[in-house]
Amino acid sequence: MSTPVVEGPVIEADGVGVTLGGQHILTGVGLTVSAGEVLALLGANGSGKSTLVRALLGVVATSSGSVRLFGAPLGPAAPWSRIGYVPQRLPAAAGVPSTALEVVTSGLLHGRSLRLPHGARRRATDALAEVDLADRVHQRVQDMSGGQQQRVLIARALVRRPDLLVLDEPTSGIDIPTQATFVDTVARLRDAGTTIVVILHELGPFAPLIDRAVVLRHGRVVHDGAPPRPRGDHADELHDHTHAHPDPEPPPTGPSLSVEVGP
Amino acid sequence: MTWDQVVEMLTSPLMQRALLAAVLVGAAAPVVGTFLVQRRMALMGDGIGHVALTGVALGWLVGSWANLVPQDALAVPGAVVAAVVGSVVIELVRERGRTSGDLALALMFYGGIAGGVLLIKVAGGTNANLISYLFGSISTVSTSDLWWTAALAAVVLGVGLGLRTALFAVSHDEEFARASGLPVRVLSMLVATIAALTVTIAMRVVGLLLVSALMIVPVAIAQLYARSFGRTMAVASVTGVAVSVVGLVLTYWQDIPPGATIVVLAILVYAVAAALRPVLRRPQPVRDPHPDMVDDVLLADDDVDELCVDEHGTATTGR
Repeated sequence: MSTPVVEGPVIEADGVGVTLGGQHILTGVGLTVSAGEVLALLGANGSGKSTLVRALLGVVATSSGSVRLFGAPLGPAAPWSRIGYVPQRLPAAAGVPSTALEVVTSGLLHGRSLRLPHGARRRATDALAEVDLADRVHQRVQDMSGGQQQRVLIARALVRRPDLLVLDEPTSGIDIPTQATFVDTVARLRDAGTTIVVILHELGPFAPLIDRAVVLRHGRVVHDGAPPRPRGDHADELHDHTHAHPDPEPPPTGPSLSVEVGP
Repeated sequence: MTWDQVVEMLTSPLMQRALLAAVLVGAAAPVVGTFLVQRRMALMGDGIGHVALTGVALGWLVGSWANLVPQDALAVPGAVVAAVVGSVVIELVRERGRTSGDLALALMFYGGIAGGVLLIKVAGGTNANLISYLFGSISTVSTSDLWWTAALAAVVLGVGLGLRTALFAVSHDEEFARASGLPVRVLSMLVATIAALTVTIAMRVVGLLLVSALMIVPVAIAQLYARSFGRTMAVASVTGVAVSVVGLVLTYWQDIPPGATIVVLAILVYAVAAALRPVLRRPQPVRDPHPDMVDDVLLADDDVDELCVDEHGTATTGR
């Protein structure tokens, strides 16, 4: 898909609020992502990262605010063919087996295109080859390991050649070598001009790729800018060990003890 | 069974109509059933079937009010309406909150049967009138019944096969389907509606209480052996036709109820298929599932590194 020369922001979210089961998950979230940017969404568990991404893609309904994707309001008119989404994991296995090829092929449908385009099979096979699963095209996804399933999900998002790729914690529960291949994939897409929004627990191996980070806390944006340094905490060399409670009483003076640790 | 007997059976107009209906229903029901199993709603057909009974009784009631000559002229249209409404309600409840889905189904089961029994009495009928709908009456399929069956089966197969990938996408991963801008609600309703139509056409063959068996059991048989969604659907459909036709033919010579025979036959096939699975299934070659993966920890006796790599190398090429 050719990218127009002059283009506005890829994602424009303004005052987005999401209420699930009477609870305010997100309140007044504003977010603008411009073309070609690599944005990390950070935050603790339950801070609303996944919900924000789902609200941006129309998976959960917003209770307030507006979302525009590539300038078009969320809905049937949005350019769905330009958007690829990689959820955290496959839904729990249903009774009917499905092959990697079938799962990836389903990624070719979007918006109001309910029939497969020509050459669907070849495109799906190519997408699986891109994530090194060319020899597992006909394997059941239910039989695959977590890392392989994650690669199938990435192939399903890439098969429509998206201009915006959204990944929900692609590296959680994935071993280091597989994480590295994901980082390579994302780096290659970024170099090709793809806009990327990735939810992360910690920057980890993605750190060198991230242009900008948005930190959510309790459903609000608390940071938007350069990737923040993680809290050093106990691991940090210069960590100032303060407690919310007063320091404990020093032990009563007695005979001084010295402990020596032998070799 | 001699050749003459077969010819006699095939030339009987009654049997011709019954066989055609069995083939249509046997082919269409498992197609819908595959989507239902994929959506983890295997019992939805049962819920719709129970609701359809209220529809049958309602049609009967309206028919007796309007003084229609066969009192049950509106029974099948009543069943179609009630089944479609019921399936849409079940789908709406499922969409709202997944946890209450099976409770909603339970309410439908009991409400549907109780409503049907109550209304048939009000309409001046008896429970005996409901029996043919509950357990099927394929031997009394009329020509107009057959046309209805053919038309509805064509709709079910057309939607189920024509939109197969879209319905698969929605059934497999609803969240991704929404994030792709697919009309998830419309497609879910479509699955529910074709399930409702299948229930009403299968009502004549196996009866409302056993409808779901014809949708689900062939899928259960198929997925024992099939490795893909498409193959599961195809094998299930062929199995559905086979058990329906064989079951019907059996009842031509033996005085046994066709609906129950077809279902028992299907379950027997499942039992045999499940028992033979370890024998018939192609044995999987023993191989490293991740030959390309680097070993992440060094073990004490890992000095023979090169040997390991060699083993993996042969594992990949030898596959």
